[in-house]
Amino acid sequence: MRLLALFFNLFEPLFRLGQKWLGLSRLGWLFVGPNLVVFGLFTFLPIVINFIYATTGGVQLMPLERPFTGAENFVTLFECQDYLDLRTCRKDVFWRAMGNTLQFSILQVGLMVFFSLLTALVLNRNIAGRGFWRGVFFYPVLLSPVVVALVWKWLLQSQGVFNAVLVSWGASPVAWLTDAGWAFFWTVFVSIWAHMGFYTLILLAGLQAIPRDLYEAAEMDHASPWRRLTRITLPLLMPNLIVVLVLALIRAIQIFDEVFVLTGGGPGSATTFMVQFIYQTGFAEQIHLYGLAAAASLALAAGLILLTLAQLRLTRASEAGRRER
Amino acid sequence: MPWLKFLLRTRGRQRLDWTDWLSYAYLMVGLFTLFGPVVWLVLSSLKTESALSKFPPTLLPYSQKTVQVAGHDKPLPVFLAANESGHMQEWAQVRRIGIQATLVDPAQPEVTRQVNIKERVAVDQLTFAWGNYTEMFEKFTFGRYLWNSVFITVVATLLTLLINSMAAFALSKYQFKGQKGVFLLIIATLMIPPTIILVPVFLVINSVGLLNSLWGVILPAIATPTGVFLLRQYMLTLPDELLEAARMDHASEWRIYWRIVLPLTAPALAVLAIFSVMWRWNDFLLPLIVLSKSEHFTLQLALNSFQGELNTQWHYLLAMTVITLIPVTLVFAFLQRYITTGIASAGVK
Repeated sequence: MRLLALFFNLFEPLFRLGQKWLGLSRLGWLFVGPNLVVFGLFTFLPIVINFIYATTGGVQLMPLERPFTGAENFVTLFECQDYLDLRTCRKDVFWRAMGNTLQFSILQVGLMVFFSLLTALVLNRNIAGRGFWRGVFFYPVLLSPVVVALVWKWLLQSQGVFNAVLVSWGASPVAWLTDAGWAFFWTVFVSIWAHMGFYTLILLAGLQAIPRDLYEAAEMDHASPWRRLTRITLPLLMPNLIVVLVLALIRAIQIFDEVFVLTGGGPGSATTFMVQFIYQTGFAEQIHLYGLAAAASLALAAGLILLTLAQLRLTRASEAGRRER
Repeated sequence: MPWLKFLLRTRGRQRLDWTDWLSYAYLMVGLFTLFGPVVWLVLSSLKTESALSKFPPTLLPYSQKTVQVAGHDKPLPVFLAANESGHMQEWAQVRRIGIQATLVDPAQPEVTRQVNIKERVAVDQLTFAWGNYTEMFEKFTFGRYLWNSVFITVVATLLTLLINSMAAFALSKYQFKGQKGVFLLIIATLMIPPTIILVPVFLVINSVGLLNSLWGVILPAIATPTGVFLLRQYMLTLPDELLEAARMDHASEWRIYWRIVLPLTAPALAVLAIFSVMWRWNDFLLPLIVLSKSEHFTLQLALNSFQGELNTQWHYLLAMTVITLIPVTLVFAFLQRYITTGIASAGVK
């Protein structure tokens, strides 16, 4: 405690001086200062530099040493001789990563919303030990992506439990992580497993905010449970559902850690997603193509901005819809 | 079974109808799917290397019983085989040549017996291979990785609390020109995912000379928009009269901040601290590009690099994974309530 006081007292003179020079109200700048420096250095400055990288070529790290190439990086990423045949593209891995990310996002988010809604509805029922059950579904959210991936890698490896069960049933073992289709399935499954609890929690909070007397009134009118769900619960839950949908989409598009450890993007490029493409192009391969990586990240950013705008529109539409009702 | 009664208790209603049963069935499946894999990992981490390579695997960590016999340096594996009179008894195996095994009676080391290997059965017993956990520290620089992770987590969390609370104080308790702009700017960074600016962040870290330094992982992440937002919302609820009274008593502004406002913000600080610990402990992508030398690896990076090697030493890797998930499991067990309220109120993760 005394050490803490000593530490804080160190800054006392600085702030006294600051108050003398800046005056009381402008002293606020001194308090936000450290935050702004960190944000400036590690967030805002990088945004600007990203554009420089994307429009320059070469392998130099320093932006000023890099030759200006205009849209060259984007052309490299997107150009194909025949757009119907990915093999003719200059960066076919990029196209594959985009395709995979799109496919993954749609599949994962759809299933994620469905299961977290189902779980939230069950948890919102009159069940005993609700806190315990909520905890069960929330636990994996706290695990690190690397741990999540290793937990599943251990289950899915060729000598793992899944294959042991298959063999004991008389079936032949399956190459869960080295077969393209299965590997893709497991990236979807594992990411849902790890993050579902988070969205369940948001939806549960929304469900608990719905006034109970609405249901009592519905019961008076002999509305069936299905009707109660579709006419009361879902419409009133819409704002939370939109939040969940968009948050899940934004996260899904940026999927990296779990998949990188679980499958390494393989087999081949079957589970290579956008962020992994950026990481590989910029950092992991022999020649670090920073420009290409930055261009790809701008493409990713464009997708995310579109999504955010869509969210704003959706939220407004649903609010307007409610006002009409 | 009182616990079953407890689990099946409903609020108010007496009878369980079929939708209740369906709900509980769903929850049980959830329990199995969500906890099963982790339990399996923990059980596996206690198996010896040879037990791990067994297929099909056993649920509990069984391995062959060994026994110390006089005249032999190493403990010998134990088998069940018939003795002269035809009764089954436990034997220790001295050596095995082809299909012939030489067995010795552990109680009487002079009694030996030659049997066909098909006539003896290995004796398994429950053994917990705690060695997986202790050897990690000797064989790998595991202590180093643990220290790196702990150092990054603790220092980054303390700095996060300090500078985010300072910013929140300025944004809630002062009125200065450009204050709204600053707040919006900070909130806007929520929209910029770190994955998008990976390359230039690497450049900045490199330019300030923090590449391959733990500080290169700590500093970029200490200013968090969620932290500022969370603390500011909380500080707005503190009455300004408190500050006025302190100013009357000639307390300096800095003193007001850390003596009055900071202690009153403790609940929100606790929530942010928990989140910060989770973020930093689980961080992967930033350390992956900043720390490339193995002496700087965090636990997450070490786990990743070990699983990537050709012949993964699963018995060590599993034990390391378990150690890595202990802190978050403790946080989960004791502080779950704070996290869930944090998510429900601010929608952060």
